[in-house]
Parts: sequence; C-alpha cells; structure tokens
Amino acid sequence: MEQLLNVKNLTIKFGGLTAVNTVNMQIGDNNLVGLIGPNGAGKTTVFNMLTGVYKPTSGKIDFNGERIDGIKPYDITSKRIARTFQNIRLFKDLTVLQNVMVSFDFQAKTTLLGSIFHSPHQMKEEAKMKEEAMEYLKIMKLDDKADELAKNLPYGEQRRLEIARALAAKPKLLLLDEPAAGMNPQETAELTEMIRWIKEEFKISVLLIEHDMKLVMNVCEYIYVLSFGEIIASGVPEEIQKNPKVIEAYLGKGA
Amino acid sequence: MEEQMKDTAFDKSVIVKTYIKYAIIIGVLFAIYGIALLLIQRGILDSYTLRVVKTAGIFMIAAFGLNLILGYTGQLTMGHAAFMSIGAYGSAIMTQKFNMPYGVSLLVGILAAAILAALIGYPILRLKGDYLAICTLGFGEIVKVVIQNIDYVGGARGMTSIPVKTSLMTIFFCVALCFAIIKNLIHSSKGRAIMSVREDDIAAEAMGINPTKYKMISFVLGSAMAGLAGGLYAHFNTFIDPVTFNYAKSFDFITYVVLGGMGSVSGTVVGTAILVFLPESLRGLSEVFKENRMLIYAIMLVALMIFRPNGILGTKEITVKGIANWCKRIYAKITHKGDKTAKAGE
Ligand SMILES: Nc1ncnc2c1ncn2[C@@H]1O[C@H](COP(=O)(O)OP(=O)(O)OP(=O)(O)O)[C@@H](O)[C@H]1O
Ligand SMILES: [Mg+2]
Repeated sequence: MEQLLNVKNLTIKFGGLTAVNTVNMQIGDNNLVGLIGPNGAGKTTVFNMLTGVYKPTSGKIDFNGERIDGIKPYDITSKRIARTFQNIRLFKDLTVLQNVMVSFDFQAKTTLLGSIFHSPHQMKEEAKMKEEAMEYLKIMKLDDKADELAKNLPYGEQRRLEIARALAAKPKLLLLDEPAAGMNPQETAELTEMIRWIKEEFKISVLLIEHDMKLVMNVCEYIYVLSFGEIIASGVPEEIQKNPKVIEAYLGKGA
Repeated sequence: MEEQMKDTAFDKSVIVKTYIKYAIIIGVLFAIYGIALLLIQRGILDSYTLRVVKTAGIFMIAAFGLNLILGYTGQLTMGHAAFMSIGAYGSAIMTQKFNMPYGVSLLVGILAAAILAALIGYPILRLKGDYLAICTLGFGEIVKVVIQNIDYVGGARGMTSIPVKTSLMTIFFCVALCFAIIKNLIHSSKGRAIMSVREDDIAAEAMGINPTKYKMISFVLGSAMAGLAGGLYAHFNTFIDPVTFNYAKSFDFITYVVLGGMGSVSGTVVGTAILVFLPESLRGLSEVFKENRMLIYAIMLVALMIFRPNGILGTKEITVKGIANWCKRIYAKITHKGDKTAKAGE
C-alpha cells in the first residue's frame, strides 16, 4: 500500500553537528503516530524539514505520492501538511478569528482587485470563511473568544488556537509539536480527547511530538523514538514501553 | 452538499447593506465637501488655511501608502518620499513637456512609482529590519542624486511653472479613495495575509502564505499612493526640486504614521492633520514661540511618544459606530450619574 508520508534517509547537518541522521519513517492514512525522544534529539528539526523550514542535507520526503523535500513551506501547506509550533507562534495582534481565517487565504479565490473593492463574490467568500472558521474554533472550544486578541488568551488556549489554525489549512497530515506543553493535567486530558476526535472526524493523519508519556501512550497507534538524531526504536506503544534502548535513552546508561 | 448548504446560508442582504453603507458614506463626503466650499465662499477659510489643508491632504495620501507598508506589513522603509518624487516628476513631465491631460499625467506618476517599487522591491524586500531601512534610505538618496543630474528636468534647480491643476475636490476625492482602498484591503483575506506577515512570517508561511508576494503587493500599492501624492503635489505647488523629497520628507511620513498609530488608517488622518497644522498654528503665536517653533514641535512629539507609545490611536479606528457608542456613554453619564446599568453597558 502507498503510504501517505514516506521519509527516507533524512539527514541534516548544521555545520559540524548532524542534528538528524538517516531517519526513515512512514505514516499511513488516518494514522496517529508519535515522535518522542529526549531534549535536543532532533524532533522539531524533523518537523522543520517536513514543512520546508529547513532543507535537508540529504534524503527524501514523499508525501501523497509527490516529492516535497526542498520546496517552500507555503507550497507544502498547499499540498496539505499543516503544523503547530513548540514555542507558540500565533499572530498575536490579530483576533482569534482572524488567526484561523489566515489559513483560508491560500484556498481562497478572490483576486486582489476583488479584495480592494469588496466585490459581491468577495463578500460572499468572506462570510463563508467566517462561518467555517467559527466551526474550527468550536471544535477547539474557543468560539466564545473569537473577537479577543490572540495574545490575550491564556497559555492552554493559545495552544488550542494553534491547532484550530492548522486545521483550517485542511491538512491530510497534521504535525503537532508538544501541544500539551504547559497545560495542567485536566487540560491535557481534554486535549487528548480532542486529538483523537479530530483524527476520526476529519479522517486525517497526525504526527505528534510530546513529552507527556501518558498522552503519547494513550493516543498513538505507532511510535518513533529519536535520540541524538537517530531513530533508535519504533513500534506500538506496548513495545516501546518495554524497549531497553528507549529506557536507556531517557534515563541514561545503567538505569 | 455541505458547500451548497453554506451557500444558501449566506444572506444576500449583506451585499445590499454594504452598498447602502457606501452610498451613505459618499453622501456624507459630499456634504463635508459642500461645507468646505461654503466656508471658502464666505471667506472663513482663507487662502492660506486652504493651502495648509491641501498640503495636509496630499501628504495624507502618501502617509496612507506608508502605513500600509510600515504599519500593516511591518516593513520599515525610509525612502518613501523617493516614490513621491518619481510620481511628481513623472506627472509634471507629462503635463509640461507633452501637454498631456492632468488625469493621464497622474496615472503616469502612479505607474512610474509602482513599477520602480516592483523593480527594487523584489530584491530588497528579502532584507529584514535595519537592513531594509538602510537599503531604502540609500535608494531614496540615489533617486535624489540621479534627478539632480538630469538636465531635462532642470537638475538641482528643479522644475518650475508646472500648471496648477490640483483642486481641493481632486485631493478630497483621492484621500477618500486611498482611505477606502486600504480599509477594504485590510478587511479582506489578502489584508489578513499581509498582517500575518507582519506578525510572524514563519507562521504565515506555515499557513500557506507567501510572504514575499504579500510584501510586494503592499510595497507596490503603498508606493503607488506616494506616486499619486507626488503628482498632486507637483500640480499644486507648481515647483518641485529633488531636495523636496529627500530623506527628511521620508522621516516626516514615518512620523505622521507612527504618531497616528501604525496599523490605523484613521490614525494616519489624525497624525498627518496634527503634524501639518501644528507647526503652522505655532506660527501665529508670540515672538518667543515663533523663534522656537520647531523646538516646541519636537518637545510635543517626544511627549506624545512617552504618553502614547503606540500612537494616538494605536491600531484602533475611528468608526461611526464607535463615535455613536461614545456619545451614548457620555449621554448616559450626564443623565444618570453613577447609574449601575450604564456602567454595565460599557
Ligand atoms: N538552526 C539550527 N542551527 C544549529 N543547530 C540547530 C538548529 N536547529 C536545531 N539545532 C540543533 O539540533 C538539535 C536538535 O534540536 P531540536 O530542536 O530538533 O530538538 P528537539 O528534539 O525538538 O528537542 P526539545 O524536546 O527540547 O524540543 C539541537 O542540538 C539543536 O541545538
Ligand atoms: Mg522540539
């Protein structure tokens, strides 16, 4: 079967440092996959290569049957990969609603002239975008905050807004970089349910970076473990939990 | 199926309402213009004041353009006046040397500024922050020196006896048009894309926005407005020279925009109006004030920036609704002082 995402021998070097080394990874349709590993293992760097922020030194990324490594981030988004950021990157001085609506621009049909003169078509499209954006906000339980500035949201809600914004790009593959970071246990539990629900509802695949092991073991169907830039193990949660290499990577030798 | 459902859900009355709103706004604008004409006729608005009003209007148009680039797109350019200069020379050449109609000359000025902006924007908009600022500053000086060395347009002496063509009506119309263009653009998908680039270009890229494309759109459109302002200025002042549009003028525009509030179109109106009128009004004061006019002006600027660091309006806009709400609040305060319900309505 053709995989949705197929990563082959992905490598990136920053000067002398090999941050990610010959990583191989596959994600199928409607899969929920985890990417875990100690701090500085190279997880975010993998995301940055998948989304075109960094160009890999060598290796290949195929998505949906097309080669995507080395192309621009916005082109990758239009091929339906969307992401969130570990260190939240919202459009701070835009409203919550506007943040989500930005993701519709590359899918919109209105021309620049139509925008400047607010053509009937533009008004219609705008109303539709607003309605749709509200639906995504509802999913992330942010619909009552639509008109607030993104910077005024509490931390946990900012993380959820990032997910709503990424969903609005209508991805086939959603990349979440530590979505539960800074959340309390109750918020994390809620988020876990949301992620599961999103995957089922939109029939999309999710690749999840997370340090909260309870969340990872709870939702992921398959897990890749990265340590010092290399995949040291992969498998279903039960296998990963028992794998001595993984325990060693997290706790150090002799643990 | 889902698409269709959403289609019918969209209320056609939104479109009708918008056009009614436009009609009302145009009506109000004509009323304001009528009042201005009446004031001129009665001699209340003397020719000197009228000149200041016209100047403010012209500079406002250029400042709108700069606000788009600086306030909404977050690109610090310091060569805005150079595009005004291109527009001024371009249109003055058309009327003076080729006997072209005024409208055509303005269009040529706008196009010249826009084309030049597209040409230099492509390489330099990749630069960020200080680098972009320095580069545009240098560009502005290059334009000045180049024009100083073209004898065809009078070199450093400038162009004189350009026909007077810019009426109050033209300026008024252009201000309204540019205001509407920016306002509409900002309240559209493209406008949100432009602001997302200002907020965080990496996140914008991840959401499918091509930052270079939107920086270019705003730079070209903003510079075109400077070009229009240049054309209007040339046919208002009848004399232009390269030094009129040097870096000091570019800084003036930045001051107007920053003072009014970056990312507020009505802020630019307020900022420009205050800063054009302030030095003029200080002229009428006593000798001491007169001599230290620019000093007072500078002190006022510093004070404003201390007390309102985001500009007078910040990113807020003056809207009819806002004014109505404000009046209501004042009214409520006067009628029932200390009434709890009035407070809850705030
Ligand atoms: N642009 C860069 N230039 C140089 N080194 C980099 C760059 N980006 C990442 N690195 C290095 O690559 C390594 C992996 O970093 P990365 O951010 O991917 O780790 P991570 O697994 O996401 O860690 P964490 O769990 O702390 O987020 C680190 O040693 C980091 O310093
Ligand atoms: Mg990371």
